Amino acid sequence: MRKLPQWADVVLVPLISLLLAAIVAAIVLLAIGQSPTKALGIMVEGAFGSANGWGYTLYYTTSFIFTGLSVIVAFHAGLFNIGGEGQAQLGGLGVALVCLALPWPHWTVALLAATLGAAVFGAAWAAIPAYLQAKRGSHIVITTIMFNYIASALIVYMLVDVLRPAGQMDPASARFPVGASLPALSDMPFLREFFARLNPDGTPRLTKAGVAMYSNVPANVTLFIALAACLVVWLLLWRTRLGYQIRAFGKSEAASKYAGINPVKITMIAMLISGGLAGMMAINNVMGSAERLLQNSAEGAGFIGIAVALMGRNHPFGVLLAALLFGFLYQGGAALGLNTTIPIEMRIVVQGLVILFTGALDQMVRMLLVWLFSFGRKAVA
Amino acid sequence: MDYETLMQIFGSTVRLGTPLLLACLAGLFSERAGIFDIGLEGKMLAAAMAAGSVAAMSGSAWVGLVAGIGASLIFAMLHGVASITFRGNQLISGVALNFLSSGITVLVAQALFGQGGRTPPLAGAARFNPITLPFAEIVKDVPLIGPLYTEVISGHSILVYAAMACVPLTWWVLYRTRFGLRLRAVGENPAAVDTAGVSVVGLRYAALTITGVLCGIAGAYMATALQAGFGREMTAGRGYIALAALIFAKWRPWQALGATMLFGFFQALALRPDVVEKIAHVKVPVSMLDALPYILTVLVLAGFVGKAIPPRAGGEPYVKER
Repeated sequence: MRKLPQWADVVLVPLISLLLAAIVAAIVLLAIGQSPTKALGIMVEGAFGSANGWGYTLYYTTSFIFTGLSVIVAFHAGLFNIGGEGQAQLGGLGVALVCLALPWPHWTVALLAATLGAAVFGAAWAAIPAYLQAKRGSHIVITTIMFNYIASALIVYMLVDVLRPAGQMDPASARFPVGASLPALSDMPFLREFFARLNPDGTPRLTKAGVAMYSNVPANVTLFIALAACLVVWLLLWRTRLGYQIRAFGKSEAASKYAGINPVKITMIAMLISGGLAGMMAINNVMGSAERLLQNSAEGAGFIGIAVALMGRNHPFGVLLAALLFGFLYQGGAALGLNTTIPIEMRIVVQGLVILFTGALDQMVRMLLVWLFSFGRKAVA
Repeated sequence: MDYETLMQIFGSTVRLGTPLLLACLAGLFSERAGIFDIGLEGKMLAAAMAAGSVAAMSGSAWVGLVAGIGASLIFAMLHGVASITFRGNQLISGVALNFLSSGITVLVAQALFGQGGRTPPLAGAARFNPITLPFAEIVKDVPLIGPLYTEVISGHSILVYAAMACVPLTWWVLYRTRFGLRLRAVGENPAAVDTAGVSVVGLRYAALTITGVLCGIAGAYMATALQAGFGREMTAGRGYIALAALIFAKWRPWQALGATMLFGFFQALALRPDVVEKIAHVKVPVSMLDALPYILTVLVLAGFVGKAIPPRAGGEPYVKER
C-alpha cells in the first residue's frame, strides 16, 4: 500500500475518523427520533457556553489526560491496559486514606502526599496483572478487566464497612479536612476573573459585603499537574533510556530481548507507571472536587482513557487535545441528559464509535485517503 | 451443608453457567479461526436488549430469540469488517463494540419503552419457562437421585438443554468435519489454508457468524429465561468471564463445559451468602462475594491453567502476498 504523507497521517486520519464517528452518532440520534444539530448545539452551549460549563469541561479534561497518558505508556510497551478504571478507583482510596490520616496544615503538603498515595495505590493495583502477564503469561487484557470488577467490590466494602463514619447512611468516606481542600480554578489569581459571576448587565455580581462572587467550579489545580504529566511522559518516552526500552519492547519483544532488555522488568515498570498515572486521576475528582471518597468515583474516566489514547495517536500532546475533546463530549453529554430526553449513555455510544473508528478502522480511513491522494497525483501528472 | 442445598446450588450453577457456556463456545469458534473476540460481552448485551424488547412487544420468546441473534450478528459482522476486512486491531475493535453496545442498548430501550433503559418485565410466553422433564414428579422423593434429577437435571428452560447440546455439536464440527479442520487450520496457519485454495476471509467470517449466533442465544437467554427482561449492563462481565473460561479450557469444547460450569458454580455461591458463611465460619461481606467469581477467574488464569497455548495466528490479521 502507498504511504501517506506524514501530515496526512498525523492530522487527517484522526480528523476523518472523528468525522465518521460523528456522522454515525448523528444517525443514531436520528434513529431514536432526536435532532443531531439541536443536540450538538446543546452540547456546545453546555460545555463552552458559560464559565460554569468551562469549569466542568476542564475538570473532565484533567481526568482524561491522566487516564489517556496511562493507556499510552502501556500501549508503547505493547500492553493494553483496560484496567484504568479500577486503578483510578484504587487511586481514590489512596487519596482518601492520605487525606483522612492527618489534619493537613496546607493544601500544597496535602497535595504532594495525596498524589503519592494515589500513584502508589493505582500502581499497586496494576502490579498484580502486570506480574501475572510477565511471569505467568495470563492475558493482561482479561486480568485488568477482572481487576476493575474486583476494585469496585473492594471500594464498596471499604466504604460500607471501614471508611463510613458512624451514623452515616450513604456509602461514602468522611469529608476530608479543610487543609486538604485544593484551590479550584475559580480561586486562582488571573484565572478567577474568568469565573466571575456576572449580573445580567455584565457587571460583576457582588455579595452583600461588596466582594465579587465567583462560580464554584470543579476544575482545580490538578489541571496543571496533568499538563506537567504530559510533558514528563513525553520526556520519559522519547528522551530517556527507559522510554527507549519501553518503546523497543512494544515494537518487538524478540528484538528487544536480543538487545538485552529484560521483558519482565519492562512489563512491570510500564504497568506500574501506567497504573500510577491512572491512580493520579483521583487527586482531580476525589481530592479536588468531591472531597470525600464516593462509590464509583472514577465514573468511567478510566475507560475514556482508551479512546483518548487512540484519538491522540499515542502521543502525550495528542492526548491533551483528545482529552479536551472528550471533556467537551462528557460535559456536553451531561447537558444533553439534563436538558433533553436523550439518555446520558449517548456519551458511551460516542466513546465506542471514536474507539472503533480511530482504533480499529483507522486502516479503512488510511486506505480511503491513499485512494483520494492517488487522484490528486494523477491530476498533477 | 445438606444434600438438598448442594443440589439447589448445582441447579443454579447450571442456570448461571449456561450463558457462560454459550459465550465460551462462541469465543471458541472465533479464536480457533484466529480472531480474538473481546466483544462477546457486547454481543450478549445487544442480544439481551433485542430479545427482551422484541419479546415484550411480540409476546413471544422465540421471536425475541431471533431478534437477539440478529442483533448479535450485526455486532459480529462489524467486528469482522474491522478486524478481517480492514485488518484493524482485534482487541481494540472488541473493546469499541462493547462500549457501543453498552450505550446503544440503553438508548434503544429508553426510546422504545421509556422506562429508564429497561424493558418491561416479561411473563408467560414472552419468556422461556422451565421445562419439567418426564418422571420428575415420580422420582422426586427417591433419596439422592430424586433431588439430583428434579433440581439439577430437570426444570431448566429449553435454551439450557440447547446449550448443553452445543458442546458435542461443537466437538463434532471442530474435529470431525472438513469445515472444522479448515477452521482450526486458519487459526494456526492461514497462509497454508490460502495456498490450498480455501478463502481465509470466508472462513473467518463464517466463524464470526457462528460466534454471533451463539452469543445471540446467550443474550436472549439472559433476558428471556434467566431474568424477566433486559436491564442496563445486565451481562455484568459474563463475556469476559467466558473468555477466561475459554483460556482455562485451552480452546477445547468439553473442557469449556467444565470451565464454564465451574465459573457458574462460583456465581451460584455468590448468591448464597448464608451457605458460604456456614462453611467458612466467618461473616463474609456481600461485596466480597460479588467479587468472588472475578477473583477466582484471576486465580485460575494465574495458576491452574498450566501452559495455555492459544491458536498460533490469533490476533494477527491475514495479509495475502507479502
